[in-house]
Amino acid sequence: MVTRYFGTAVKRTEDLRLTTGHGRYTDDVGTGPDGEHALEVAYLRSPHAHARILDIDVTDALDVEGVVAIYTHEDLEGAAGEPLPVLIPHPGLHAARTGYALAKDTVRHVGESIVMVVAENRYLAEDAVNRIRVDYEFLAPVVGIEASRAAASTVHDDVPDNVAAHLVQERGDARAAVAGAPHTLEYDLSIERSASMPLEGKAVHAKWDADDASLRVYSSTQASTSVRAAIAAKLGLALGKVEVIAPDVGGGFGVKIVHPWPEEITVPMAAMRLGRPVKWTEDRREHFISAAHERGQEHHVRVGFDDEGRILGLDVTFWHDNGAYTPYGIICPIVTSTQLLGPYKPANYRVEFSSVYTNTVIVTPYRGAGRPQGVFVMERTMDRIAQYLGRDRTQVRSANFILPDEFPYDQGLIFQDGRPLIYDSGNYPDQLTMLKEMIGWDEFPALQQQARASGRLLGIGLGCYVEGTGPGPYEGAHVNVQTDGSVEVAIGLTSQGQGHQTVFAQIVADELGVDFDKIRVVTGDTRRFGYAVGTFASRAAVMSGSAVALAARKTKAKALRVAADVLECNPDDLEIESGLISMKGNPSTSIPLGQVAVLSNPLRYAFDEAAKAATQFAKPADPDKPPVAEGEEPGLEGKDYYSPPRSTFASGMHAAIVEIDADTSEIAIRKYCVVHDCGNLINPMIVEGQVHGGVAQGVGGALYEVMAYDESGQLQNASFMDFLMPYVTEVPRLELGHQMTPSPLNPLGIKGAGEAGVIPVAATIASAVEDAVGLRIDAMPLNPSKLFELRATATALTTNQVREGLTP
Amino acid sequence: MKPAPFTWHGPRTVDEAVAVLAEVGHEGKVLAGGQSLIPVLAMRLAEPAHLVDINAVAGLDRIVVDATGVTIGALVRHASLERDDAAAAAQPLLRQALRLVAHPTIRNRGTTVGSLAHADPSGEMTSVLTLLGGTITARSARGERTIPATEFFVGPLESALAADELAVSAHFPAASAGTGSAFVEVARRHGDYALCGVGAVATVDPAGAVTGLRCGYLSVSETPLTVDLTDAWNSGDDAAAATAAAARAAVDPLPDIHATAEYRRQLAGVLTVRAAEQAVAQAVQRVGTMGRDNESGHNEEDRSA
Repeated sequence: MVTRYFGTAVKRTEDLRLTTGHGRYTDDVGTGPDGEHALEVAYLRSPHAHARILDIDVTDALDVEGVVAIYTHEDLEGAAGEPLPVLIPHPGLHAARTGYALAKDTVRHVGESIVMVVAENRYLAEDAVNRIRVDYEFLAPVVGIEASRAAASTVHDDVPDNVAAHLVQERGDARAAVAGAPHTLEYDLSIERSASMPLEGKAVHAKWDADDASLRVYSSTQASTSVRAAIAAKLGLALGKVEVIAPDVGGGFGVKIVHPWPEEITVPMAAMRLGRPVKWTEDRREHFISAAHERGQEHHVRVGFDDEGRILGLDVTFWHDNGAYTPYGIICPIVTSTQLLGPYKPANYRVEFSSVYTNTVIVTPYRGAGRPQGVFVMERTMDRIAQYLGRDRTQVRSANFILPDEFPYDQGLIFQDGRPLIYDSGNYPDQLTMLKEMIGWDEFPALQQQARASGRLLGIGLGCYVEGTGPGPYEGAHVNVQTDGSVEVAIGLTSQGQGHQTVFAQIVADELGVDFDKIRVVTGDTRRFGYAVGTFASRAAVMSGSAVALAARKTKAKALRVAADVLECNPDDLEIESGLISMKGNPSTSIPLGQVAVLSNPLRYAFDEAAKAATQFAKPADPDKPPVAEGEEPGLEGKDYYSPPRSTFASGMHAAIVEIDADTSEIAIRKYCVVHDCGNLINPMIVEGQVHGGVAQGVGGALYEVMAYDESGQLQNASFMDFLMPYVTEVPRLELGHQMTPSPLNPLGIKGAGEAGVIPVAATIASAVEDAVGLRIDAMPLNPSKLFELRATATALTTNQVREGLTP
Repeated sequence: MKPAPFTWHGPRTVDEAVAVLAEVGHEGKVLAGGQSLIPVLAMRLAEPAHLVDINAVAGLDRIVVDATGVTIGALVRHASLERDDAAAAAQPLLRQALRLVAHPTIRNRGTTVGSLAHADPSGEMTSVLTLLGGTITARSARGERTIPATEFFVGPLESALAADELAVSAHFPAASAGTGSAFVEVARRHGDYALCGVGAVATVDPAGAVTGLRCGYLSVSETPLTVDLTDAWNSGDDAAAATAAAARAAVDPLPDIHATAEYRRQLAGVLTVRAAEQAVAQAVQRVGTMGRDNESGHNEEDRSA
């Protein structure tokens, strides 16, 4: 393979279209001049966190002119009226509960949909929603982990302790190791809720073809093939009668991997019943109260270590707030419990978690998916050990690193893909060396001293992580060479703006030997590729990228076979460059790839000039052989799948210098450095973009974003005015360093890059703020008001010291 | 997030506008820049039956700068006023505060008079108008009246405007000789509503002694708060601490999800000193400049002639 595009910062093919208003999102479907106007939907959503529905009166709503239909749970037939699926069952998830497409008799969080109104437009639908009257019997809401654990009230009648899942994993005997260690520490750490918050919320557009009895659904999803299967199952349709397309999707960050969302069932159902296209586009308030959140966890840590800071035993217990239901299972806490280990090798490790119900929006993966919490726990632990021993924080980390010659390294746990947690490759000591140099770690104390002399509070901190990326089970790809020499590539995995059209074209261009601009990539359209898993867990490049490479290789092999026949030579003597197949060392003997595509499809009918060459009288043929040879298929195409034994493990380290305003406690990030290892880079520019975006979201999680629920379960900041996503003015300029340790697990040596940037930011900022103000930071996010409070009460903080050691 | 049904009115003159307002009374809302009203409508937090859109009303987009100060019409966008050099020269506090009003895109559309009529105690310009002792002129079918800022802001999001009145202009007095001003604030993110903001106007005598210090606050009281801190500022050795303490004692902040009351109180103290220092420095500079002008033979009267 000649690498012309792989590893190059090729400009994104998507961008001209997306940045000039020519994207086509779900809400745009059918809105062109010839589009068929879709009916629009609004939902009545529960204003209460926990209540029994006694009566629903829609009489007044039906009077609104333009209302076409109103549905409640009673109108859902068959499987559509049953609970939504538990997508990822797990033996530890002993009390899984899910909601309904429309609430049946009880609502368990503010925002749960109760009534669906279909009208000529969204304005009228909302007018009608406002006229619906629901009688509720109020039930006690359970808000927050503490209330859930106390279980004075329950979220589900039949789950008396509010515990959905409980899981323990252990390597060695951590508790004995802590007990026998020379030094021990014990403390609590917590992380608050945040959310994915894609610019485009969810959206569903459905069109029913009554004559063909088939359904076409557009959904702003990260998993179109599985949405298709879910719709078919829920609405009683044959899979072959359902098409699901994820058109341009305005960001996902995890929330759109959940499916089927209630709306993905009710919107198609309405389209089928009404015989007209129906669409629903989520507004921002709906997204806040009825999509999904993540991150809320509380952790209790006990750690035992030696004089060098080597961890002898680590014993972590944590509580994960999963909200009202568990449709996505316990992936997030499993990820926390395993990825907490980062680049380290504690001698003994025990982790135990409980996933608990609360009357709040469901919790499902958001970029990072449990890792920011785990990394926060481990990195706070490293900092505490360093402080206790009076050692440099990087020294303690180094003492615990898995070393380059220890790969593959088996952590002795089961990962979120049900496979062993075995790290495939990495070089953590080198990474730390790079990072220290970039941030100026060794020079910082002098700088800090100097600043302090003039009343300025500077601090430095770091955070390290390992991220299991690219889990299976599989992805596939189809590569199809057209008779004009262009190439159609189809994958089932969806794109939310990451640049899939660009990077997969880069891979095909190199593997097949065609020019980049001759390649078109289609993603997430079940009409084009029916088998896929989805876009999550930083897996698109690893999984689909590998599948695309394998499919391109198959295509190339066929192209060379057909060309060798024509050129009467051995396929091994041929090469392809810029779409031209030629004899190695004899470029005058050649045939264009498009011509091979023509010849690979024996024809009866010459529909155009080029096709003549493949028709039956075009040239003499062996009368005893069939036109399509045994074992061959017509057409120049290749399809293949990639299914890895387990995940591949990317890694990285961040460092920050922060300045705290001594008077206002404002926190400014003065310098931010990232060293990042995702194996071989397909497109460095896109990887950097991913890291930048990830760090921006990480800054949100570190300093700005919370889901402010009050005790009655009302989300007080369900708008962009009060939910503070950082603006570009709040995100620091990044300095980025790439390290490349290729993965041995896949044909391209790549690891996932999508989530990495977000993972260690909260840990890094906490470390730096702690260094600046000399006070323990045990909870994130942090804001100036909280930091002011912490500093104001600092004199009373001797309790911190009391907790440093286990009570003798 | 779609507004409830309403009737849209598009008057072309102030007379037409106030005629509509007289007719629809409490059912009507005036739409100018819409930066506060439109989100409120979209979230159905308000469902006025009539919107009186004054964007096509002639003559409301003027900025008039004269010896008395700066008078702006109801359609003057924040951005226009912010960029108006004559206005900035006559009353520097305008530009100092306007650059902190939300984001440039919002300032491009939002109107200063609309923001005043909205009477949000966390709005920069409500605080500025009060601090400067400015006025609002309101017109209705019944006639016209001019309302001092101190009487205009009645409560949070509540002004003295009657339902049939249109705020047609606001007047900000000119900075007098020997004064300096500053505006500082702390917000969670750039352009957000401030957790606390302070505008300061300082007056110095030709010798540079501070003869007056008044500060205006936002986000720490129900209506725009103005405090005279002259005595604290001149209280001796630890005047800065005394000024901060006086400011902290004067404000009455409430806690919310972004900050505690104590934190806002702390900010009021810190920001007061910062604003005061800047304002005094500017006043001293202006006095100095004036002095040099006098020495070179150009006094105030000459310049205005």
